[in-house]
Amino acid sequence: MNPLTSFTPPKLAHIRYALWILTAIAGLVLVGLYTTGTQPIERRQPIQTGEAAIHSEFTLTDHTGKRVTEADFLGSWQMVFFGFTYCPDVCPTTLAYMATVLDILGESAAKTAPLFITVDPGRDTPKVMADYVSAFHHRLVGLTGSELDVAATADAFRVYYERMEEDSAPDGYLMAHSGHIYLMTPEGRFEAVFREGDQPPEEMAWKIQNIMDKYGK
Amino acid sequence: MRTALLIVAALTVSPFSAMAEETVRIIETWARASVLASRPGVAYLTIESARDDRLLSVESPVADRVMIHATENKDDVNRMVHLDTLELPAGKSVMLAPGGTHLMLVGLKERLIEGARVPVTLRFERAGEVTITIPVLSIGARGPKEDIQ
Repeated sequence: MNPLTSFTPPKLAHIRYALWILTAIAGLVLVGLYTTGTQPIERRQPIQTGEAAIHSEFTLTDHTGKRVTEADFLGSWQMVFFGFTYCPDVCPTTLAYMATVLDILGESAAKTAPLFITVDPGRDTPKVMADYVSAFHHRLVGLTGSELDVAATADAFRVYYERMEEDSAPDGYLMAHSGHIYLMTPEGRFEAVFREGDQPPEEMAWKIQNIMDKYGK
Repeated sequence: MRTALLIVAALTVSPFSAMAEETVRIIETWARASVLASRPGVAYLTIESARDDRLLSVESPVADRVMIHATENKDDVNRMVHLDTLELPAGKSVMLAPGGTHLMLVGLKERLIEGARVPVTLRFERAGEVTITIPVLSIGARGPKEDIQ
C-alpha cells in the first residue's frame, strides 16, 4: 500500500486551492501595477508635448473693434506678447523693444503680425488698445475680448497670468503675467520664444530674419 | 557715466536738505512718455548714498501717488511687488531700471509727454528730502541715454 496514493486527492485539492489563491493575488497585483503604473505616464504627456503644444488659436476683438481669429493672421509670422496697459514697467519696455525689432527687420517686418494681447480685458477696451498700440508701432495689433476669450487664448499659447490684489494699485489690483514674446510660423505653430533683456533688439531681429530665410517665407 | 554727471549737474536740491546734498546722489533719472493719463507712468533713477540710508517715500505734483515697485520674475512670470521702503547701503549704487525696481506714478494729472520735466521729491530716512526734476524721454527709450535709439 502506498500511503502517498491514498492521501493524494486531499493534498492535490489543497495545492489547487493554494494555486487559485496565488493566481488571484497575482492577478490583483498585476491590476494594481497596471493602474498605478499607467497613470504617471498619462500625466507626463502634456509636459512631453511642451512647446509643440503651444499654438495660435483665438477669437478676440482687435483694436479697431473687429472680431478676429488666428486665421486672420495665417501667412504672417506672429510675434505675440501678453500684457496689460496698467503695467508701467515690463509692458511698455517689451512693446518698445518689439517696435525696435520691427524697425530693424525693415522690409521683412511686413511679413510679421506683432500682436499685443491683454490679460486685463475688463479695463483694456478696444478703444484703449487702439491708443496704446499706435503709440508703439503702426504695425502693432492690440487684441482684447471677454475674460473667457482671453483665458482660452492664453491657454492655447500656454501663457500664465493671474490677478493679484494690491490695495495701493489702481482699482486695487495688478496682473502678473509671463513676459515672453512668442514667434509663431505663418501656419500658426510655435517656432521660438524671446524675452526682452535676453538679447539686444538687433540680435532678436537677426534671429527672426534667419528663421524666415530658413523657411523661405 | 558722462551723461550721469550731466544729470547730476541738473539735480536740484530743496532748501531744507543741505545735508542731503553731501550724502545722496541721484543720477541717471528719466521717465517714460506715457500713452494715456489714466494709465500709470514710470520713472527710473540711480541712487548712491555715502552712508546707510533708506528711501521712505516719493511724491510728485504730477501724480496722486508715487509707489516704489519691484518687478519680480519667478518661473518666467512677472509680478510687481510694492516696496514700503528701499534700502540704500553705504557706497552702493542702487539702480532703478526697466524690468526691475521702478517708480510707478499713479493718478497722473495728465499723461507724461516727451520733452517735459517732472518734479519728484524723494524722502530719505537720514538725508531728508531731495527734490529733482526728471526728464521725460520717448516711449521707446531704453535708458537714460536716449541716443541708444
